[in-house]
Amino acid sequence: MNQTRYDAIIIGAGHNGLTTACFMAKAGLKVLVLEKNDYLGGAAVSLELHPGWTYSNCSYVCSLLRPEIVRDLDLPKYGLQVIPYSGGGVFMQNGDHLCNYTDHDAHRLELARHSKKDSEAYDRYSTDLMRQCRFIKPLLMRMAPDPTSFKPRDLAELAYLGKRFHDFSEAQMAETLRFWTMSVAEFLDEYFESDVIKAYYAGSGIIGTALGPMSPGTAYVLLHHYMGEVDGNIGAWGFARGGMGSISKAMAACFEDHGGEIRSGCGVDKVLVKNGRTIGVVLKNGDDYYANTVISNADVKHTFLDIVERNDLPEDFVRQVERFKIRGSSGKLNIALDGMPEFPQVPKDSPIFNGDMHFTDSIERMERGYDDWKNGTWSKDPYLDMLLPTRIDPTMAPPGKHYMTVFVQYAPYHLANNESWDGPNRDAFAQTVFNQISEYSPNFKDMILHYECRTPLDIEREAGITEGNIFQGELTFDQLLFNRPVPGYAQYRSPIKGLYMCGSSTHPGGGVMGAPGANAAREVLRDLGARQTVRGY
Amino acid sequence: MTKSISPRKSELLSAKPRINAGRKPTPFHPRQVEKCETNDWTLWAGYSVPNSYHSVELEYFSIRNGATLYDISPMCKYRIKGPDAERFMNRFVPRDVKKIKPGRVAYAIWCNDEGHILDDGTIFRFGPDDFRLCSQERQYAWLMDSALGFNVEILDETDDIAALQFQGPTTFAILEAMGIKGVETLKPFDHKNFPFAGTELMVSRTGFTGDLGYELWIEPGKALELWDALMAAGADRTISPIGSLALDMARIEAGFIQPTVDFLHAEHVVRHTRGRSPFELGLDWQVDFGKGHFTGRRALLKEKEGNSSRYCFVGLEIEGNKPAHNALVYHKQKKEIGHITSAVWSPTMKNNLAMALLQRPFGVDIQEDLWVEIYVDKELKWDRVMAKAKIVDRPFFNPPRKRLTPPARF
Repeated sequence: MNQTRYDAIIIGAGHNGLTTACFMAKAGLKVLVLEKNDYLGGAAVSLELHPGWTYSNCSYVCSLLRPEIVRDLDLPKYGLQVIPYSGGGVFMQNGDHLCNYTDHDAHRLELARHSKKDSEAYDRYSTDLMRQCRFIKPLLMRMAPDPTSFKPRDLAELAYLGKRFHDFSEAQMAETLRFWTMSVAEFLDEYFESDVIKAYYAGSGIIGTALGPMSPGTAYVLLHHYMGEVDGNIGAWGFARGGMGSISKAMAACFEDHGGEIRSGCGVDKVLVKNGRTIGVVLKNGDDYYANTVISNADVKHTFLDIVERNDLPEDFVRQVERFKIRGSSGKLNIALDGMPEFPQVPKDSPIFNGDMHFTDSIERMERGYDDWKNGTWSKDPYLDMLLPTRIDPTMAPPGKHYMTVFVQYAPYHLANNESWDGPNRDAFAQTVFNQISEYSPNFKDMILHYECRTPLDIEREAGITEGNIFQGELTFDQLLFNRPVPGYAQYRSPIKGLYMCGSSTHPGGGVMGAPGANAAREVLRDLGARQTVRGY
Repeated sequence: MTKSISPRKSELLSAKPRINAGRKPTPFHPRQVEKCETNDWTLWAGYSVPNSYHSVELEYFSIRNGATLYDISPMCKYRIKGPDAERFMNRFVPRDVKKIKPGRVAYAIWCNDEGHILDDGTIFRFGPDDFRLCSQERQYAWLMDSALGFNVEILDETDDIAALQFQGPTTFAILEAMGIKGVETLKPFDHKNFPFAGTELMVSRTGFTGDLGYELWIEPGKALELWDALMAAGADRTISPIGSLALDMARIEAGFIQPTVDFLHAEHVVRHTRGRSPFELGLDWQVDFGKGHFTGRRALLKEKEGNSSRYCFVGLEIEGNKPAHNALVYHKQKKEIGHITSAVWSPTMKNNLAMALLQRPFGVDIQEDLWVEIYVDKELKWDRVMAKAKIVDRPFFNPPRKRLTPPARF
């Protein structure tokens, strides 16, 4: 038995676990973070797998990380820099392309090459999205109110939600309700006529989701990707300088600076429960640590189906956790390149290379890719979200060399016919991706020095997320706000006294946002009667 | 002894704005680069145009004293043709298009279904089934959506026509000296084609300065010839190109509103309460409920009958000489009741002018005891001034020479 007692133990050093940890350490509590891997960060991690190259192994771009958190934890002091990127676009099968420009007029002219009407509809589209972002954004850093509760705080939060909704016009209320439930394809049809323009914007509606662009609910996923910001530019995305691991590193440094303790290589086996309350954890190696507060950064399924005894939980709750949708839908390739690959159909100085690049030029193709997923195999014509962080970030590869990150949608967790990802399937999956890029870049394959291929199974093994779902649970309306992860337990508390959740399975959901972690810390600190270090209510 | 070296003038003049993706030159660009000594450029709908050429103040006085060239090529121009053209236009705008005869131009606003203004502009009528709509903001998508079910053809002519706003008391004399025969017959809001340089020059007696003046429309290939002919004919009649800043001063004196300054395109506002109805911008005269259906009619009728307009738009004369840019308006120096949308010290009227959006009943039933809070920079010491304001009619500046036909020569 370990002699030290802690005020709180956090299971998992993902960015949310670290966020919770920082706010609690700032409150003067004695906090221990236990991480199963030998490195920190969970899915916000940077590793050097090929000498000279730093990969952002899982998450790869940053937008959602709440500025309040960056500021309150002083993360820039601990080395965090987020650099916005611009550009990106779609390589089309007909030899043309669509490029995304930062400058409004340049962007309009580029859209007008594909559709004059769409180039103007874009203004209406961005205004409408901005309106939805403005509605949802203030809810991120707040607890989701329980509509069945009569507690003053829940009532106040509900009233706040109602007031914000009331600020809409009648037409906008209708628009909002439709928007939260409709498919991204239908949503985009209301603005655009060009296939490639629709395909470019539809990408945000499917990333990380086991739904197709024609599935209801995907319009909200698009919003989830839009509500981030870089320096107040709503919808802008950036790179964490030095890779996404820099976020975790900065958080860990902040945590340790406030007296926190991190132990890596310490996988938690069980949460110890006595008389309905948490007393600590026992590790896979048999070590035990004691604290009356345990906060799990792991997803809700892993937490309550693996590391808490079913015996200790209400049956209804367990069944709801079992039904929580957290399906593997995507994979990831990290590639070290010997130089800048050529893409002859686009001018060399196009800003397309500085941002997110895609090869899917119609929603139809995207949906067909989803059909493969339903059939238990990876998309034969996948939707790729491909970036070259080294176009912007000078720290990730030697000068003149490049690091390429390729997010691949769709890839199922369970392959048909009980086939395994281990073995030839993983290689075949990587080859599918290489082949698609090569269609547009003849010298791409020759440039590859090293690559890391991560299937949903690999992401589950390494980052610990069930089925490798990047959001720790899908962002569909039935799993949002007071229904995330389970009705009645949407406020970071669990059925077991002293056991809390702080991962992306909780409100407001996935992405390297930190909001679940901060919101969880706020609730824990309230329950402990400790000094409140998290802004809000 | 060290001698200071002044750059040669030609070097100064060779400085050019950077034209890249999204920054197009207008057909007059070569002449503008030549004349633009301040090298102060701005963007208008993706085109680079000068903010000023040499001195904003002197350029302003050229408008009121001589003749001025202002490049309006970036203005959006849409051709609407076909058997349903008149029916379409009448549904598109709240005013009655039937009353606009061929050969005439009319100012118009148009709204969405909520009765909120999208933009304003001018309608040129060429024939029974042939119109042109000119506007500052792009309207192609809105026009195309509105045209469903109408037998009309809509064509974006923005890049096919070069245009100059030619304004000031000596403009008529210059056109006459250029040999534009018959231009003296043009009444305000008339338009007519004249032969020029082997092509057709369309002249309309329209403008944005509230003074005598014309707008000249020509194919882009002849743009420089037109510029040169005007400058040559005007050499002895105080002619000068002007930039956007000088024009804006004249525009406010004339009491004209401008999209994105005095109101926002209703489909481009995030907060729905930022849309403005014609009644809220003093444009009641634009709305003709008797002509049949038009987009926004139901909402506007409801607003009119329910007297539910939230704002009113007024012209103000303000004490003192500090323009009330972005200022808040108060009643009895205490209650905040609105804000200034445009302001200028008028060098001609020697008056401090502004246009303001006030919350009703202020400006309608309550017109007295209005104050404007102005922040004044006194050599980096900032003072807050409460200046008394008085509601006055627009246009602020309205000279008879604007209407005289045939016009005077100066």
